[in-house]
Amino acid sequence: MSTPFTPVSPGSALPGPPSVPATLRNVPHRGGDVNPSAEALRQKFGSAVQRVDVVWGETTVVVDRARVQDIVRWLHDDASQQYDYLSDVTAVEFRDLEQPIEVVWHLRSLPFRRFLRLKALLEKGTPLEVPSVFPIYKGADWLERECYDMFGIRFAGHPDLRRILMWEQYKEGFPLRKDFPLRGRFSRAEQLRQALAANPEARYSMEELSIADAFEDLPQDMRTRIRSGEKTGE
Amino acid sequence: MGLTPRPEPTTATYDPKSQEGWVTTKLDFLVNWGRANSLWPMPFGTACCAIEFMATAASQFDLARFGMERMAFSPRQADVLICAGRVPFKLAPVIRRIWQQMPQPKWCISMGACASTGGMFDNYAVVQGIDTIIPVDVYVPEMEPDPDSQLYIPPSAINELSEPFGNSVQQQRSGL
Amino acid sequence: MATIKRTVEVELSTTGLDPQGRPMRTPLVTATDGSQVAVQAPPALEPELEGEHMLINLGPQHPATHGVLRLVLELDGETVVRCIPHIGYLHCGFEKIGEYRQYNQIIPWTDREDYLNSMGNNVAFALGAERLFGIDITERCTVLRVISMELSRIMSHVVWLGTFCIDIGAFTPFLWLFQERENIYDLLERWVGARLTTSATRVGGMAADIPTGWTDALETFLVRFPRTLNEVDRVLTKNGIWVGRTVGLGAMSADEALNYGLSGPMLRASGVAYDVRKDFPYLDYETYEFDVPVGSSGDVYDRFLVRFEEMRQSVRILQQAVRRLPDGPINVDDHRVILPPKSKATSEMESMIHHFKQVMEGPRPPVGECYVPVESPKGEKGYYMVSDGTPKPVRWRIRPPSYVNLSAISKMVEGHLLSDVIAINASIDIVMGEIDR
Repeated sequence: MSTPFTPVSPGSALPGPPSVPATLRNVPHRGGDVNPSAEALRQKFGSAVQRVDVVWGETTVVVDRARVQDIVRWLHDDASQQYDYLSDVTAVEFRDLEQPIEVVWHLRSLPFRRFLRLKALLEKGTPLEVPSVFPIYKGADWLERECYDMFGIRFAGHPDLRRILMWEQYKEGFPLRKDFPLRGRFSRAEQLRQALAANPEARYSMEELSIADAFEDLPQDMRTRIRSGEKTGE
Repeated sequence: MGLTPRPEPTTATYDPKSQEGWVTTKLDFLVNWGRANSLWPMPFGTACCAIEFMATAASQFDLARFGMERMAFSPRQADVLICAGRVPFKLAPVIRRIWQQMPQPKWCISMGACASTGGMFDNYAVVQGIDTIIPVDVYVPEMEPDPDSQLYIPPSAINELSEPFGNSVQQQRSGL
Repeated sequence: MATIKRTVEVELSTTGLDPQGRPMRTPLVTATDGSQVAVQAPPALEPELEGEHMLINLGPQHPATHGVLRLVLELDGETVVRCIPHIGYLHCGFEKIGEYRQYNQIIPWTDREDYLNSMGNNVAFALGAERLFGIDITERCTVLRVISMELSRIMSHVVWLGTFCIDIGAFTPFLWLFQERENIYDLLERWVGARLTTSATRVGGMAADIPTGWTDALETFLVRFPRTLNEVDRVLTKNGIWVGRTVGLGAMSADEALNYGLSGPMLRASGVAYDVRKDFPYLDYETYEFDVPVGSSGDVYDRFLVRFEEMRQSVRILQQAVRRLPDGPINVDDHRVILPPKSKATSEMESMIHHFKQVMEGPRPPVGECYVPVESPKGEKGYYMVSDGTPKPVRWRIRPPSYVNLSAISKMVEGHLLSDVIAINASIDIVMGEIDR
């Protein structure tokens, strides 16, 4: 081999000799060790941090939904935080329909071996919109699309927010909402009819059309719109 | 020169005791025997049943001894569509298109509980049985059918094809 | 300026020919009010044959896409310029239905989503549920769960390697490896009764203890399986065709891989040594001696080598686990979650009440939420469960490693040939059941 290879090792930012973490046992329900990032967030962002909880050993920080992108960017870029791994973006709606919808981000810092859960609360009656973290983590692409598909939460700044698991013209609604019944809103016959009407081949998005040989047949204004980078969505 | 209207498809009656058309009936039998013992399946495998189907096709429970070794992945070259696994609504037009692309004579085997009835997936997303979309000939129960159960498929398919009215069943079926 | 998003529907199947003999296409536009408006067809243009890119559809029914995945590829000749994946063809509403089932009833569902790693998913769910309940499992259960996770890892990698070989064109290792899988199926059938979808764990323990003689059968397997691995190794690792078809494809650097959220062998092949078993351990994995293979270039060949070596390391862990399997109870002695033994339930009133409550209502966790990640063969897998004190979770979220891994495919296949797309897709080790849930 020509060049020596050093892998990127988790725990590299921790002080002292390399440590071996242990399996957690007897984790308390509440009141365990707080992730130091929570305190750092409080100091840096002040009032944007609404609440810090520790449940079953995991620190949850509830933040103001407008500042999410700034907070996540700081957590990613700052040398004392280095949250370089986005594990998950999802949402939770409670059975008590008065409670707000929570959008949850699971962040992991591999150099410090830390796990942090960020939450933003979306009150019912307000538009379900949060900033996207796609500019910071490319992995958020499909995770946010799925969140939109299942809950109807729009992520501002996402380049291509359209349905991913259901077909794009799905009319029944957003499946994981609590007011969406388990078996769907329409009858089985109607669901089947709508599904069969979605011809999988005939429907291409504008982005795909821009590269098809049908492009030259499109009218001029559509061609200019596609060339200028317009994307499709719902 | 007038054009005669196309005759309606009728049921061909088969009287084994009749002496008429002896050579043709023997030929029918031969053709059906050939079809039954060399069914080329199109594995429309979606989920876990597909893995069990692969296990049945592998060395321990060999499907090749039934003539089903050549898996036709193009529907235009397949005899039997084996739908192995759950079919969500998004996949429904796909399986219908594939069924339409298969040439006659064709059969369909719905493998597993999810393909036959929707199985444990009684929710907004899954078709409650592919017989709502395409006509099914053989249903294989269990979740997933292990290879011992799947090895009932070839004999039951052979039974269906070899029966005297096997050929007429195809003439009865119109449309799809 | 607000961008308006529209879907353009163009009938691509011929309904007729226009006067120039070319197929008719009627472009439709969905206006902002939702109505469909037909656009005037432009005058026929001379079709250009040079520099024309093809748009082809790979899937959703395709033998090499490992399930129902649809890739729309823009091809310049044989080279892929762009790839747009479409998923959702196996979306079966797992997360929705998890909100209508008790915790023990969700376990058969965990089998079906990543069906190649069913025991591993059962264990992952049980670990998450037990954290939510605040229960610590017994020693014997811990070791048995390690055994099930590593057996499951071997099973998953075996299917991956078998199908990967078929995609590249080598059929024989598929048969050899599936025979090994049959041997593991025999073991599983003796233990839990099922081959593929095992439902082996329960909250607080396992469904059943191992029968007598099972560890001997497992040790026999652990002697025979490395021999098959050596055979496959001899056939593939230094094979000119294999190396030629896999080296240099789909390379992802360490920074890119981290940013895309890749995990598991995909991330380790790119040079990041993140393994949940080492960094956020569970089930006493820190007490087992095993190595984590890490690749340097992140291409398809490195991923193959990483997964291959992981199988050998799993054998190593299994050998240690079998030797240290302690005696003792397998289920935790907690009447809130574990059914009492039948003899007590039919004779003691209190046990009968516990049995009744658990069967009718199900175990009730305290209010809270938790996320316990495990190292599944595909990557970091975890079940995020939110409880409001009722026997059914408020939210059951599956963190699907293959879903996030697959989102990087558009980046990985750019500039490669069409047959390389198949190889790269196979190297991600996707399971559509997990991706679409």
